[in-house]
Amino acid sequence: MKVKLEVNGEAHERDVEPRTLLVYFLREELGLTGTNVGCDTTSCGACTVLLDGESVKSCTVLAAQADGHSITTIEGLASGDELHPMQQAFREHHGLQCGYCTPGMVMAAVSLVKENPDLDEAAVREGLEGNLCRCTGYHNIVQAVLDAARSSREGAW
Amino acid sequence: MPGSILGTRVLRIEDPELLTGHGTFVGNLRVPGMAYATFVRSPLAHALVNSVDISRASRAPGVLGAWTAADLQLEPYHGFMVLNPACGRPPLATGKVRFVGEPVAVIVAETAAAAADAAESVEVDYTPLPAVVDPEEALVAGAPLQFEELGSNIAAGFRDREDVDPFARASRVVRLRIANQRVAVVPLEGNAIAVVPGDDGAGHLLTVYVSTQMPHGFRDNLCRLLNLDRDAVRVITPHVGGGFGAKAGVMAEHLVVTTVANRLGRPVMWVETRSENMVAMPHGRGQIDYVELGFDEQAKITGMRVRVVSDAGAYAGFGGALAIGPTRLMAQGVYRIPTIRYDVAAVLTNTTPMGAFRGAGRPEAAEFLERTMDLAADELGIDPVELRRRNLIAPDEFPFTTLMGARYDSGDYERALDKALQIADYDALRREQERRRRNGDRVALGIGVAVYVEVTAGGGAKEFGRVDVHEDGSATIRVGTSAHGQGHATSFAMIVADRLGIPLNAIRFIQSDTAEVPRGGGTGGSRSLQVGGNAVRQAAEEVLARAKELAAEELEASTADITVTEDGRVGVAGVPSRAISWARLAQLAASSGNPLAASVDFSQEGPTFPFGAHLSVVEVDLDTGAVRPLRHVAVDDCGRVLNPMVVTGQQHGGIAQGMSQALWEHMVYDESGNPLTSNLADYPMPSAAELCSLEASNTETPSPLNPLGAKGIGESGTIGSTPAVHNAVIDALSHLGIRHLDMPCTPLKIFEAVRAAEAGSLPSVWREPPAALSQLPLRGERPRPEAADADI
Repeated sequence: MKVKLEVNGEAHERDVEPRTLLVYFLREELGLTGTNVGCDTTSCGACTVLLDGESVKSCTVLAAQADGHSITTIEGLASGDELHPMQQAFREHHGLQCGYCTPGMVMAAVSLVKENPDLDEAAVREGLEGNLCRCTGYHNIVQAVLDAARSSREGAW
Repeated sequence: MPGSILGTRVLRIEDPELLTGHGTFVGNLRVPGMAYATFVRSPLAHALVNSVDISRASRAPGVLGAWTAADLQLEPYHGFMVLNPACGRPPLATGKVRFVGEPVAVIVAETAAAAADAAESVEVDYTPLPAVVDPEEALVAGAPLQFEELGSNIAAGFRDREDVDPFARASRVVRLRIANQRVAVVPLEGNAIAVVPGDDGAGHLLTVYVSTQMPHGFRDNLCRLLNLDRDAVRVITPHVGGGFGAKAGVMAEHLVVTTVANRLGRPVMWVETRSENMVAMPHGRGQIDYVELGFDEQAKITGMRVRVVSDAGAYAGFGGALAIGPTRLMAQGVYRIPTIRYDVAAVLTNTTPMGAFRGAGRPEAAEFLERTMDLAADELGIDPVELRRRNLIAPDEFPFTTLMGARYDSGDYERALDKALQIADYDALRREQERRRRNGDRVALGIGVAVYVEVTAGGGAKEFGRVDVHEDGSATIRVGTSAHGQGHATSFAMIVADRLGIPLNAIRFIQSDTAEVPRGGGTGGSRSLQVGGNAVRQAAEEVLARAKELAAEELEASTADITVTEDGRVGVAGVPSRAISWARLAQLAASSGNPLAASVDFSQEGPTFPFGAHLSVVEVDLDTGAVRPLRHVAVDDCGRVLNPMVVTGQQHGGIAQGMSQALWEHMVYDESGNPLTSNLADYPMPSAAELCSLEASNTETPSPLNPLGAKGIGESGTIGSTPAVHNAVIDALSHLGIRHLDMPCTPLKIFEAVRAAEAGSLPSVWREPPAALSQLPLRGERPRPEAADADI
């Protein structure tokens, strides 16, 4: 079936099997391998992308369901060489180690802060419940998101 | 010399590409003609394989080939280190399957989806056999045998002589049976390999991209097992999405994928799904420890006896040997203990083979010792901190050789303990606990303390490092360690920048490619900074010595007067006008026919012993059994700290994994050997919402064994946190008479224990271990299994 969607500001049209998941569409059809797959039960969030600006787990969305919508992946977050404030915050707070969960974690965090930048620690922890990381113990991720939320409130985004 | 950046917080060089989606994880590799492998796996824990019919699968759309064990004829093998030579594993099941998830056939197709579709049509005829899942039941006479020819399920084991009674002088003996449950390692990226046959134009006939902790070891083992020419195989380890001990050695699937790629003459990729990973990747822990600790009237330890039943899983997984090696080595912990007896059996079960998980045998030792110390404090009516103080090895006793043969290089255990107590405000916490108890508060406060020592760089204390300075003034580091999240690119560049004054952004870092780095031990056992970092440091020193000679000649000065200048050149001390750039020095060296570079094989005379003290504070709801971690204070001493940001990050990750074992994680099988927690919906790996903020700090007691004064930090957090959190939960319940609950401390377990305590029907925390342990051979009578020396 034909699927037409916009990814990172660019229009794409592909003929795919109806069962194709969005994450494999991005990875296999478009070569956007920044979005990782970490499980097969919609538990880990490594595959999180933005669909019309809101976070979704792209392993649980069919490419067909994304037809006509706009997707942002980790590759589309930075402006040129300049990291997005959330990416920058992850770097400054050492919020990543192996980096496998990072694209999904960053995308989920961007969506969380956009929804409500007025976050405290508990809200960040609850808000990232759907994203798993095995390296960091989450401490520095939470600090990074709090810091980025602060900069968002101050209008830096 | 510019001011040293060692010991300062330097942001990671490796972050930008990972943050922007440019990770090179194996599954991201795109090579023309790539085909994809899928495995057909056993749904039974123990069964005869009567037939495997791949005929329909072979004809399925997109399928390039399907193979069974009979087609490939691969020899039984041992994936990492050998626990029992008789328990080799055929890479595809042959004759029998011995655990759920064991591969019986492989399909290769044009796409991963086509391979998965075809796998559905493979028909396997099994005759189910009785399975044994519990390692203690595996020791009972008449238990189903995994290898009939062994005559029992004991893969290896021994007992100590009984000529010394550890309790002869004891006025009190505290006894605890403690199960250290099996957990899944769960790196966010599972196993992955892409095998590309064909001449690369540089003398290699096969290029293998693999997610591993040890690329050189992988190359050597792969070539040995498949009879490949080592020089014709290039192994590249790109970005790795976490290892934690589970990506050591060669997996059965690796051998199969390499074999079929060679047969097809096409690149073949296999990326494990999570549901596969949960049953195929080695599991960790899995011990039952019977601990007896004797005390005299002054509450000083008189002796200890430990008997261990260690689960090796199917095919005598090397993890079963960790109880023979590192758990035994670290059984004495941080205490003066006059006598110890230690008996251990590594036992076969019809479960996923056991391997290493962060700490690999050392967390088990710290857990049983520190949990038993808390039980003793409770039984003796002494504060758990005070009981530890009376028994700690004192700072003036180092180097300290233990009864188990460990030589602790340096330590100051009480200092770490004092610092943890001070940060947490221990006395205030005890007052708050007492207040709640007085008021009959149903949300109890628990405070858990653990003091630990562990061993790092235990086996391979040797590593390759090289530094090249180029004619543009930049430098390249090559090292035989293999970082996968630990920040080596940054930390090792800091070392070179510190020695040579070359800025971080002019230093290139190369690792994990057998064509670029001649040899290496990889990353495991928290070895990398102390051996790899020191190798790089020594190479930089040798480069500097050469540079000084060149500069002295050029500047007509004495080498003794030459130094690295404030602006990062090499010149006469105190005379800024008389200095030469690194670029010029490299040119001078090159024109002399001897480029400015040095290769070093650094070796450390023995392992180092990091230590620390953790203090955990939890709330336990006595009505629901729910546990909420409130605080976790960790004071970990890894010798001299190079990059505090990286060290703290390692502590955090380690703490989370230990806390998680204490509270949540458990790889559960039913009695037929069906895994019940084989995906991330069922396996309780915690998110940020379950964990709390972590208060990680350090003391710094340098190791005398290497110039950086460094010890490992990768695993300490887990080793300290597991018993600290566990102790905190039991401490919250101790006023009810609850003395022990096995991990994980789930709400149901706590709920039932609180009810039992109220009804006065709490079970005993002790029973005698299985009789089979008393029939083990005496230590020394049989050779020690190779895998007992696993350093991972």
